[in-house]
Amino acid sequence: MFRNNYDSDAVTFSPTGRLFQVEYALEAIKQGSAAVGLTSKNNAVLVALKRNAEDLGSYHKKVIKIDDHLAIVLAGLAPDARVLSNFLRTKAMESKMLFNRPISIQKAANLLADKAQQNTQSYGSRPYGVGLLIIGYDESGSHLFEFQPSGNVLKYKANAIGARSQGAKTFLEKNFESFDDLNDAELIKNGVEALRQTLKDSELSTSNTTIAIVGKDGLKIYEDEDVEPFLEQVTVEEEGGDDDAQDGSGDERMEEDGAAQ
Amino acid sequence: MEHDPFKWGRPDNATYGDYDYRISNAKNTEFPSMHTQQPIVTGTSVIAIKYKNGIVMAADNLGSYGSLARFSNIERLIPVGKDTVVGISGDISDLQYIERALDELEVENDYDGASHPFKANHIHEYLNKLLYQRRSKLNPLWNAVVVAGINSDNEPFLAHNDLLGVQFSSPTLATGFGAHLAIPLLRKVADKEEDVAHVTKEQAREAILQSMKVLFYRDARSSNRFSLVTIDKDTGISFEKDLKVENMSWKYAETIKGYGNLQKF
Repeated sequence: MFRNNYDSDAVTFSPTGRLFQVEYALEAIKQGSAAVGLTSKNNAVLVALKRNAEDLGSYHKKVIKIDDHLAIVLAGLAPDARVLSNFLRTKAMESKMLFNRPISIQKAANLLADKAQQNTQSYGSRPYGVGLLIIGYDESGSHLFEFQPSGNVLKYKANAIGARSQGAKTFLEKNFESFDDLNDAELIKNGVEALRQTLKDSELSTSNTTIAIVGKDGLKIYEDEDVEPFLEQVTVEEEGGDDDAQDGSGDERMEEDGAAQ
Repeated sequence: MEHDPFKWGRPDNATYGDYDYRISNAKNTEFPSMHTQQPIVTGTSVIAIKYKNGIVMAADNLGSYGSLARFSNIERLIPVGKDTVVGISGDISDLQYIERALDELEVENDYDGASHPFKANHIHEYLNKLLYQRRSKLNPLWNAVVVAGINSDNEPFLAHNDLLGVQFSSPTLATGFGAHLAIPLLRKVADKEEDVAHVTKEQAREAILQSMKVLFYRDARSSNRFSLVTIDKDTGISFEKDLKVENMSWKYAETIKGYGNLQKF
């Protein structure tokens, strides 16, 4: 029977040049619920789908505030994300203390990348089983980064991670060129719409949706009843404007869902 | 173990031999390590003044070993990044330590791309933390530091920092002897923050040159060779090195009265 001999630790290459443990870690991200991130010129937004293990239990927190100008959303192993967010909070405080300036988003992303990379090159450790989207606003504007356990960090205009995120990605690829000039509410609307493309049998509700937006006035995280206005906004437009080109994506959504299974 | 009530608990001489009293009588003259007790090679005043669009700062090139003019080519104005200059007086070896620390800081910052350069207020904050940390270890960096440059709001920034971790800001700043001799002259040009808006670059430069002359006349640890830097928020940093104090008068001061015991009341 086939057995993979090159995946028992994170530091050994396979003969084809792959690190299987790192690739498995990337799979762990896809087990997590979906999260969407997108940017305009003045804002960066996260919209994420929260999960609860059982009906009687609470929903798992997806968005973690790092600083007044910086937040992350996670997909994958939540405890691993906590380690990373604690680390990043420490670094954000360090920047405030030493230089009296908020940490730059690029720097924050690079610090996470370096930390994750170490785990792919030291014997006896495992890569982090979590992917992150990092949003923030600093002196050079709004930013969105994707963090992967492989140590990759890339800058994006819009991106999605987690289960069935391909649907959201397709939506974003189709629409991202119009995002730059959107105001905060319109950007969130696009984020909610993108997240909706990842759903199969469920609906977005106040209990399973979380929204975060960051701009020059700081970070705001919306949970529970506070997300209702944003959900309503999207629902109303869908009902009212069936002829609208953007809302014609309903059929396509089904296709995407089919492909993601 | 000794069971004698006066020696109870001590190692038994019969077992371990006599206690070596040289241990408790050992002289305490040679320390295993020593902290800075005093500056050794020193640089004298740094003076600076704000003008409408920036800052003019100067410091001479002398490194004194006590009263001996030991080194004549010490550069005490250190550029950091594109819009900050740090002027340092006090111990020269500690100056070099700070110079290396700032250089390392800049290099590390550039690893993350050049989009977030340090501004003058960031450098000032860092130096303050560094100086205060060292004084809290009772091993101070024996310097007084003037940070001049452009801050993150793109405005002229001028602040002082010293070996105790004291920090303050003012439109005119001077360290050491300059605080007594140059500050009154500089304040004639810019007394309060509001006055800065009316000061031109030429006026500021003239006041600094005049102050450097007075300092050379009266500060016995100064030299007539100095560096001057202008940091303008539009044109950036421009250095002038190897300047000399000019238009001095060494005539016999026959009309000057009122020194020493000839003083009349």
